[in-house]
Amino acid sequence: MKQPELDLKPLLLVPLLALIALPLIGSPSSWLTLTVAGLAMGMIIFVIASGLTLVFGLMDVLNFGHGVFIALGAFVATSVMGAMSDWTQSANVWLNLAAVLPAMLVAMAVAAALGLAFERFIVQPVYGQHLKQILITMGGMIMGEELIKVIWGPQQIPLPLPEGFRGAWVIGDAAIEKYRMFAVVIGLMVFAGLAWLLNRTKVGLLIRAGVQDREMVESLGYRIQRLFVGVFVMGSALAGLGGVLWGMYQQSVVPQMGAQVNVLIFIVIIMGGLGSTLGALIGALLVGLMANYTGFLFPKLALFSNIALMVAVLLWRPQGVYPITNR
Amino acid sequence: MLTLTDVHTHIGAYHILHGVNLTVPRGQLTMLLGRNGAGKTTTLRTIMGLWHASQGRITLDGQDISASHTPDIAQQGVAYVPENMGVFADLTVQENMLLAARQARRAQDLDAQRLAWIYKLFPAVEKFWHHPAGKLSGGQKQMLAVARAIVEPRQLLIVDEPSKGLAPAIIDNMIDAFAQLKASGVTLLLVEQNLSFAQRLGDQVAVMDNGRVVHAGTMQALSDDTDLQHQLLGLAL
Amino acid sequence: MLTRWLSADFPRSRVLAALLIGLLLALAFSPFLFPGVKAQNVAAKVLVFVVLVASFDLLLGYTGIVSFAHTLFFGIGAYGLAISLTHFGPTWTGLWAGLACALALSALLALAIGLFSLRVRAIFFAMITLAVAAAFQTLASQLSDFTGGEDGLTFNVPALLSPSTEFLEDPFLGVSIDGRLLCYYVLFVVALLALLSLLRIVNSSFGRVLQAIRENEFRAEAIGYRVVVYRTLSSVISALYACVAGAMLALWLRYNGPDTSLSFEVMMDVLLIVVIGGMGSMYGAAIGSALFMVAQSYLQDLLRVAHDAASQWPLAQDMSYVVALLSPDRWLLWLGLLFVLAVYHFPTGITGRLRKS
Repeated sequence: MKQPELDLKPLLLVPLLALIALPLIGSPSSWLTLTVAGLAMGMIIFVIASGLTLVFGLMDVLNFGHGVFIALGAFVATSVMGAMSDWTQSANVWLNLAAVLPAMLVAMAVAAALGLAFERFIVQPVYGQHLKQILITMGGMIMGEELIKVIWGPQQIPLPLPEGFRGAWVIGDAAIEKYRMFAVVIGLMVFAGLAWLLNRTKVGLLIRAGVQDREMVESLGYRIQRLFVGVFVMGSALAGLGGVLWGMYQQSVVPQMGAQVNVLIFIVIIMGGLGSTLGALIGALLVGLMANYTGFLFPKLALFSNIALMVAVLLWRPQGVYPITNR
Repeated sequence: MLTLTDVHTHIGAYHILHGVNLTVPRGQLTMLLGRNGAGKTTTLRTIMGLWHASQGRITLDGQDISASHTPDIAQQGVAYVPENMGVFADLTVQENMLLAARQARRAQDLDAQRLAWIYKLFPAVEKFWHHPAGKLSGGQKQMLAVARAIVEPRQLLIVDEPSKGLAPAIIDNMIDAFAQLKASGVTLLLVEQNLSFAQRLGDQVAVMDNGRVVHAGTMQALSDDTDLQHQLLGLAL
Repeated sequence: MLTRWLSADFPRSRVLAALLIGLLLALAFSPFLFPGVKAQNVAAKVLVFVVLVASFDLLLGYTGIVSFAHTLFFGIGAYGLAISLTHFGPTWTGLWAGLACALALSALLALAIGLFSLRVRAIFFAMITLAVAAAFQTLASQLSDFTGGEDGLTFNVPALLSPSTEFLEDPFLGVSIDGRLLCYYVLFVVALLALLSLLRIVNSSFGRVLQAIRENEFRAEAIGYRVVVYRTLSSVISALYACVAGAMLALWLRYNGPDTSLSFEVMMDVLLIVVIGGMGSMYGAAIGSALFMVAQSYLQDLLRVAHDAASQWPLAQDMSYVVALLSPDRWLLWLGLLFVLAVYHFPTGITGRLRKS
């Protein structure tokens, strides 16, 4: 990511998609609203996908159960924010934030704790066996979903936006929802944080090297196992955070939301290239935009449009837009 | 300082090493020779713990490392340069070097004096310091790989085919580097197919065939005995 | 003669052979041995899943392809029959037309997916098939005019197979001899033929090449086998059998909806059965399906008993979580746990275990 010659072509895909959509949508104000919505959704998806792509890239572990951390984070947020309802119902944005931020932190902590257990008991015994990883992580996700139903009940729970986050800023004819901007900001912060971690710290260096050649990193004297656990836990925490954001975006949470978002996440990291954070960002933004544009233009084809997008990208670059070399 | 006793290694169903006995004396340069497929690389990987010996013992400085994990072996001061060099293509030369320097947290922490010495031995490392390692030529990557192995003091250096694909001029650099390392007290174990390279550097030599060490002795003795050379390697040194 | 029927693929274990014979007899005579609607439903489901799982094992266990799109073909078979019988009414034309269209569509889709799989890495392919299956499920529930949407389609089957047609006035051995009974035996014969033909396929030279490809694709190609052709054929054959299984299900239930055939739960069930029964073994599919269906149906009953008992505990109020864990609605939790344990401790499944000893 810090190479002197950064391959810029994939970065252009995002504005390209936005530009293609403009004539199809017609009205610039609708286009603006949809684009912002798409970017916000994309950022949330990025937060969730970023951890997973590193887990795939670094550990070569196929975690098909990532969705459980999303759902858990979202449900934890309902409890935390529910307990602070006087603050969320106040119109004062600062009070709102004082409720939302702890909710996010608690969700991340709980998801991280589950991630630790998941890695230790479900993933570790099946290192190197892809099929078993797929099966077991799916089994783990199903168990997690059921446990969520035990704790919070099987029905849909509303997750209303705090008062101060409601509404939109109006620019001409376009309405830009406040919460969506908030999501974009959080997403950018996560991206900046990850970029700093990966490019400016030794740990990040180890991760980037490990994604390319695990054996060599071990030969240099690093116990990569500990790194694995750390990355997995970080990925789970990020998924938890993403779950909170997603829940607030939809304003409700259901136990199946993990499985639902899972599919989108996979599409994202396939397009981005396994192990590439920047690829995940591009993939996520594309998916977010596509979902919103087709939701407006051809609602019935929403999920299919994302698959078509993925197929198109793969036909261009079969390993994703930023494939990791050395593998 | 490194001893292998009756080491067998299986990879899946394949029995590659059939009882390897090898002694690598401290402070000397031992050459491991043999044809393709003799088991040289497997031996090195087994020493490094990348593959585990199914039978036999490996001791480093008297300690049994047969069942040790690779990072632990490396942490005992062993540096390994694999046949494919193991250079991280997407990382810059600087980042490659920083990774290998376990004591350093940032680039500034690297020992300036040692770096200067490395730059003299391998000018390409300095020249391409900020470039992605993947952009280097084969010979330059090889230099980087060895430079990485010595960015911090190590007691044992294991290198798999250091001269492979190198131009003659660069081979001289490499020989110079190894000689200087040996002079500073480092023990070296090199796998080679380039016999003249081997002859110029080696103190001890071990020849492998079919997963066993079939001859071990001083390089001098092997150099003097052309019949033995023919017999073992099919060529004269 | 047995050799020919079983294509020389013997159970190779006395216990396994005994289990298989027992299963065959149980299914053959189930209407008489286990009368009652629930038991019959379980038996029919076993027959359907034997075909579904065996076809999945052809792809996964024998060819080594991980694909989550299997339920897609299951759904196409079920919907094909459902839509056709709804459209044309309960006639044999409707049935054959639906089946033919479903088979054709399955073959085409399988061809497309199979060819696409060669373009991308295996991991990508697995994830993509997951996405495609999810997309189709959404599509099925959205195209309501065509597929009945969320509620699905309820329809009648041809008179011969319908429960209202009585062949004999009085019940025989306690069972009424009607169209429903005939329907069951149609399913039985189809399942048996499907299993035997799959045995024939995997034991032919075609099957052996598939296994070679699973072991080492590169070498198979180097020897001279066009891997593309074999993998694609395997995908198509597997899809066709899954399609038949779907038709079988629709025929029995006289209903089909997005959750019945296209849901992720079905895919998980198939995976679980393949793991429990043993991958790369057609017999494993049979035994696994039987075990699984029985367990699934009666697990919920078991949980219900436990749940009711636990609710009677004096501490039930304080330990409401524990009581909730035992609720029959949460049977999937226990199934998931069994699944995880099975993957760890029975890597070769039941057939593998039995054959080893």
